[in-house]
Amino acid sequence: MSDASVHAAVHAAPTSFIRKYIFSLDHKVIGLQYYALAFVAVFTGMVLSWIMRVHLVWPNAPIPGLGWLSKVGAPGGVVTPEYYLQLLTMHGTLMVFFVLTNAPFAAFGNYFLPIQIGAEDMAFPRFNMMSFWTTFVAFCILISSFFLGDGPPLSGWTGYAPLSAVGADAGPGQGVGQSLWGISIFVFCIASLLGSLNFIATTLDLRTKGMTLSRMPIVTWAWFITSCIALLAFAVLLPACLLLILDRVAGTSFFIPAGLNVADHIQPHQGGSPLLWQHLFWFFGHPEVYIAILPAIGIVSHILICNLRRDLLSHRVLIYCMMAIGFLSYMVWGHHMFVSGMNPFSSLVFSFPTLMITIPATIMTLIWLGSLYGSNLRINSASLFCLGFISMFVSGGVSGFFLAQPSIDIYLHATYFVVGHFHMVMGVAAIMGVFAGTYFWFPKMTGRMMNEGLGRWHFFLTLIGTYAIFMPFHYLGLAGNVRRYSAFQDDYLIPLIPVHKFITYAALFTGAAQLIFIFNLFYSRFKGTKASENPWECTSLEWSTPSSPPPFDNFGGKHPVVYQDPYQYGVKSSTGDYVMQTSPEQASVAS
Amino acid sequence: MGGKIFAVLIVIIALASAVPIINHTFLGASVTPPEDISTHGKAIDEQMSVTMAEAGISFLAAQLILGLFVWHFANRNSGATKTLPGGATAMVIVAFLFVGAEVLALGLVGSKAWGMVYFKPAAADAMQVQAQAGQFAFYFRYAGPDGKFGQIHPDKIDEGNSNFFGLDPENDMAARDDITSGELVVPVDKEVHLLMHAKDVGHSFYVRELRIQQDFVPGLDLSVHFTPTKVGKYEIVCTQLCGLGHYNMKSYLTVMSQEDFDKWLKSQSS
Repeated sequence: MSDASVHAAVHAAPTSFIRKYIFSLDHKVIGLQYYALAFVAVFTGMVLSWIMRVHLVWPNAPIPGLGWLSKVGAPGGVVTPEYYLQLLTMHGTLMVFFVLTNAPFAAFGNYFLPIQIGAEDMAFPRFNMMSFWTTFVAFCILISSFFLGDGPPLSGWTGYAPLSAVGADAGPGQGVGQSLWGISIFVFCIASLLGSLNFIATTLDLRTKGMTLSRMPIVTWAWFITSCIALLAFAVLLPACLLLILDRVAGTSFFIPAGLNVADHIQPHQGGSPLLWQHLFWFFGHPEVYIAILPAIGIVSHILICNLRRDLLSHRVLIYCMMAIGFLSYMVWGHHMFVSGMNPFSSLVFSFPTLMITIPATIMTLIWLGSLYGSNLRINSASLFCLGFISMFVSGGVSGFFLAQPSIDIYLHATYFVVGHFHMVMGVAAIMGVFAGTYFWFPKMTGRMMNEGLGRWHFFLTLIGTYAIFMPFHYLGLAGNVRRYSAFQDDYLIPLIPVHKFITYAALFTGAAQLIFIFNLFYSRFKGTKASENPWECTSLEWSTPSSPPPFDNFGGKHPVVYQDPYQYGVKSSTGDYVMQTSPEQASVAS
Repeated sequence: MGGKIFAVLIVIIALASAVPIINHTFLGASVTPPEDISTHGKAIDEQMSVTMAEAGISFLAAQLILGLFVWHFANRNSGATKTLPGGATAMVIVAFLFVGAEVLALGLVGSKAWGMVYFKPAAADAMQVQAQAGQFAFYFRYAGPDGKFGQIHPDKIDEGNSNFFGLDPENDMAARDDITSGELVVPVDKEVHLLMHAKDVGHSFYVRELRIQQDFVPGLDLSVHFTPTKVGKYEIVCTQLCGLGHYNMKSYLTVMSQEDFDKWLKSQSS
């Protein structure tokens, strides 16, 4: 724990527009910049998924404006098979890296982690600014692939070698596009490593007086644990991308074996291993799932506790579960590779820790459910999204039972069952956490409340819509519907097209429902009702700042001192049924 | 109000999600694995059924309890709050005892089904067929009367002249009687040992009815073995993203009686 006296202002209040809003050192501005970037990425990714869904069920329908974006990939707006795969690659890459890593972790973490531990900024504000702008550069490099060469790569967000490694022979987008993809992810890794180090250093060194580790809110813990996971995961993806780039441009053969005849060209490589890429990629790729979901777990738990007006059955046990999941996440990457040709004995070795993850995940679910029992839960947009998260976490989690078992994976691998599973548990659940966080923290970030009625409409339509999209994915998977197909021409796939039509309608509906959120976000930013300093009557330090949004040094030159455990609700105190962490008051237990 | 709507909605969603699983049909389409035609598939199907029951019960129980608790306890204006007896300790014990035991049992039993496919080596008298996957077609090769496969020369692959495997019959005796086919034809009730070779990038061999899926990995010659038990024609599809024609990369597995197979093989070699 650091002494309050070291909390000298780490940087002066910015004055110029550029230093205030663009190249800002302020963690809050950087958090909002991450949020804005994730916002742009998520809507780009969503539009790409719309185009893909429409193409799958109406293969010859011209999509307005698409012909302009790519004359070759979508002549007259009609998507070609290769362009479908290029859109698919970009959808996955944008969503996994620039949305699911950025929004719940980098955006909210940047904004609230320093405030929640009573710090004035991150440990390294300049690194922090560099993290964001490096991420932004990675984003620009990735997006530029739409406009250069023959478009983005078509090898999927997993970029399996040798398809991703041999260059333009492998197909459209595998030349310039795949190189840009590799460079973009390489740069993104640098940004994530800098960001994780910053989060870890900030949490360990900048806690204010009285803020012991055990007094940190659960969401602070979630960001801290996520930083530790990210530090190890991106540290492996970074060199993996470098090796991939070297295979592509420097003639090395890390991932390319001898004797490949691609498009009638014998490839000038020998000695590499395609499985090496898969091992390196999934060593990152599986922990990445938890990089997306743990912050959401933290956000949801934090918000749920505030609305339950009492602690969960034990928020500490939840923290231990997150640590257990983080630990196990490094022992399970091979479950993505059961039928990849790796040693079949290792499949069993990877299967057991995967199944073990069910135990902490179940404990967490039972604690959320058990905490609802006998409570007096306040219902609002934020708490509804928390409930939606729990539901989605369960739905996406139980399908993991199937995929964790190598024998069942023989049938379900690479089908829509997998797509349904990870979209629910990693995509929708994490996004529900982001929505919950947005409705909850918006008053602190802007000084205004979001519209509650619109928030509820947004929630209910999103809940119905996401289930309507992703549940049928599981049914398709059970029927053996292969993923990553740009058209369904096989005899057994044609009868499944009505299911795909249903999903497309559901996707268009759910996407349209997000317009309510966008409207609410911008309308409330300027016209929303003014928020009080602590509208949710929450105890943690972000609600102790002197203004909303907080001043550049968070606490107006004062150094908060922490006296309480994070969740003192359900007590009798001068403020009502809660005691702020910064209050020295000894509250009595409510009868 | 919002709490009650959520409670009702989540119960409806949970029940509606289960209906197609129970009925095996959704919007008129069959959404269930097709009939198994292999000797090992039964074990996989049983494992899948047990898992479906356990996952289904967990799913329904969690969603219904979530709905029930939110219905009862959200936005209550009256009534004292109470805590679940046992607290977090009970939850941890339940998770370890029930879920821990359940997943370990699933894992142990399931590893048997896995072992049938991957730990048991192919029988010595299994019929060897070589499969080659390339952008965007499968080719299959039978060794011919000499029982030996000719060597593959990647640089000699010439699809225009039907030399799909890059054979060199002029210099390679073993290659001269090799029989190449665009479809996989096998006799019923005889074990097939499929030797897998990738020509260019990664591909995968997937036959739903056979309960077999195995990647082709460039530079790594893998194999799988299976015994088809039912005469018929089944689709072979590629499940590993391999490029623009991935969706169109397919072939057929034809299972026929031994006599028909012998006739077919003879017609191919002539």
